Amino acid sequence: MVPLNWYIYLSAIVFIIGAAGFLTRRNIIIMFISIELMLNAANISLVSFSHFLNDMRGQVLVFFVIAVAAAEAAIGLAIIIALFRNKATAHVDEIDEMKG
Amino acid sequence: MAELIFLYLAAVIIVLSVLIVTRRNPVHSVLFMLLLFFHIAGLYLTLNAEFLAAIQMIVYAGAILVLFLFVVLLLNLKEELTVGRYIGSWPLGLSAALALLLMVLLSLRSFIAGPEGRFSAEAIRAETNAKILGRVLFTEYLYPFEIVSVVLLVAIIGAIVLAKKRLRS
Repeated sequence: MVPLNWYIYLSAIVFIIGAAGFLTRRNIIIMFISIELMLNAANISLVSFSHFLNDMRGQVLVFFVIAVAAAEAAIGLAIIIALFRNKATAHVDEIDEMKG
Repeated sequence: MAELIFLYLAAVIIVLSVLIVTRRNPVHSVLFMLLLFFHIAGLYLTLNAEFLAAIQMIVYAGAILVLFLFVVLLLNLKEELTVGRYIGSWPLGLSAALALLLMVLLSLRSFIAGPEGRFSAEAIRAETNAKILGRVLFTEYLYPFEIVSVVLLVAIIGAIVLAKKRLRS
């Protein structure tokens, strides 16, 4: 029997890899892929909680997370296409109109 | 045996995650992502979540990833292979992520599990996972389910509005 801790550590490590990718990469598509990675890491921990606590609510929550991730991917990729049409770049450090 | 399967899946998932965020070519990243989703679906199977494993394959590997691949190929990023992969302030981002990892690992030591629910592994095996999940979803979580349908509708309309060409007036 695999203990719950192993799943949580795996989830934490995958989440951190996704966060590091989001904070360091230049390509906006890779940044979006990193967000999906973080969502999947959260899903791993939710499913493992659901299994180890004998409760179905974790899996219901994962169902909703997957639905929201699908919506987020559709909107995000539409934004990337609109951005590419206006600026012809996929690099976040070249998008500096707002001088943030 | 269960430990061996978990260790294999965990090792592959971590290696693939690192590959995804470090590859230069976005197409390679997306294809590694596909492999990662299959392994995460395998992890769900070890946790008695068959329905979610199927959803993971169909929605993530089948729909979301194809959308990503489509956009990557649509943008035709030739210069991507010649310029640097990371932004100028990457040490700052990396140290922020490592600080987050440290915080999560330290806070995990004080983790206390909540109360147990009604659905043990035997109860799920007697009735099948999909049936119980559907019953909980359509009775206890009916309103969130309806709200998710609205979220998906908003996403469809938003994607059309954002991606369509501006009409010059």
